[in-house]
Amino acid sequence: MKYIDEFNDPELARRLLDEIRATATRPWALMEVCGGQTHSIIRHGIDQLLPEQVELIHGPGCPVCVTPLEVIDKALEIAARPGVIFCSFGDMLRVPGTDRDLFRVKGEGGDVRVVYSPLDALELARRNPDREVVFFAIGFETTAPANAMAVHQARRLGLTNFSLLVSHVRVPPAVEAIMTAPECRVQGFLAAGHVCSVMGTGEYPELAERFRVPLVVTGFEPLDILEGIRRAVRQLERGEHRVENAYARAVRADGNPAAVRMIEEVFEVTDRNWRGIGRIPLSGWRLTEAFRAYDAEHRFDVTGIRTEEPAECRAGEVLQGLIKPTECAAFGTTCTPRTPLGATMVSSEGACAAYYLYRRMNAATPQAAREEMNPVA
Amino acid sequence: MCLAVPGKVVSIDDSADPLTGLIDFGGVQKQACLEYVSDVRVGEYVIVHVGFALQRLDEESALASLQLFEELGLLEEEFGDAWEQASRDAGVAAVTEESRESEAR
Ligand code: SF4
Repeated sequence: MKYIDEFNDPELARRLLDEIRATATRPWALMEVCGGQTHSIIRHGIDQLLPEQVELIHGPGCPVCVTPLEVIDKALEIAARPGVIFCSFGDMLRVPGTDRDLFRVKGEGGDVRVVYSPLDALELARRNPDREVVFFAIGFETTAPANAMAVHQARRLGLTNFSLLVSHVRVPPAVEAIMTAPECRVQGFLAAGHVCSVMGTGEYPELAERFRVPLVVTGFEPLDILEGIRRAVRQLERGEHRVENAYARAVRADGNPAAVRMIEEVFEVTDRNWRGIGRIPLSGWRLTEAFRAYDAEHRFDVTGIRTEEPAECRAGEVLQGLIKPTECAAFGTTCTPRTPLGATMVSSEGACAAYYLYRRMNAATPQAAREEMNPVA
Repeated sequence: MCLAVPGKVVSIDDSADPLTGLIDFGGVQKQACLEYVSDVRVGEYVIVHVGFALQRLDEESALASLQLFEELGLLEEEFGDAWEQASRDAGVAAVTEESRESEAR
């Protein structure tokens, strides 16, 4: 077993794997929704350690990857304007827009700043009253309380030079979209732990019931993922379809009510395009009417955006779990982290990047792959 | 950015609005907003995502996670210089926050 010794408790990992092996009598396909889980699975070879009846399908849970191209292009356009300080999480820097990325925009003179927290962007707005500070507010439910707090504070402080370019997405409508797709093979879900740390588990029983799928709230560490898989397989073998919390140390049934209240004060549910996937009804959040003044799309008139995805990129199929990254002809040839064609090759949570880092035939070890990617100068 | 890292509350600034505290992530210390776990005490562990504590965590599992994150280099990924990382991935000379600021000077 080539990976198992890297687990923080190899003995427990072995026990969980044995139990999964003993339980699974038929083929089952489980989807992990979160990109952090995908990364962990590929990095630790969990998919290769599982008995062959249990297949993991990677879902659309990388917020960077699903941010629609038209929003990326808008971001690039705004970031390039004089007088603007454009703030973003670091993972967005190299996400390809139609003809450049934020990294390029900065190289060409745009004032692009990486922030750790949206409150850092707010602070920049306070210190630079003569500049327009725009924060690229992307993310799933986990990130929404932070972004909501930033705009709430901006209003409280009376800041007029701060705005959010919002592209927030929500997990439950994505689960619904996946389950209603005609080619869907998913029989159970590992639900994203930290999304539920915020939202709780209340949105999921209805989905479990309607689609007759187990939904197991799962953490991100290798042992958490094995435990989530063990519970999902056990439910499937018993013919059950319930919501189960395998990440109780960080998830309460009611989530974080204070955070949810803040989200609901600032954001309202809206339809949203997902990059590579298309429009999913009610799958996003936008600022409510009361906060419209802080909406960068209102503040900046961005028109004439013409988006174009590279024809050979199959990230949409990767994100829906229809193909594995290695089935894309461009994978590792014309598409690499250095010359990414799709966002899934850039983000640390993107499936293509994870496969590139840990699964190329010619990369003997993850270490070798990383060194090849980042040669020591 | 999807990562949420466990850390220990080192100090709390009650006068800050929103409520803010200093969090220790296995040696790296950062300010985080504590408004969503407002009754947390110094010495307790919380899970922090993009500068916001989202839930409490028991000490034992927090320490186990931190150790794992450290070993996997995830702390470096989360708190390291994103420009440096992006430069390396792009295969160009490093553009760091510092070099940009010294240019501006
Ligand atoms: S390998 Fe590259 S081109 Fe292929 S699907 Fe992934 S991101 Fe797109």
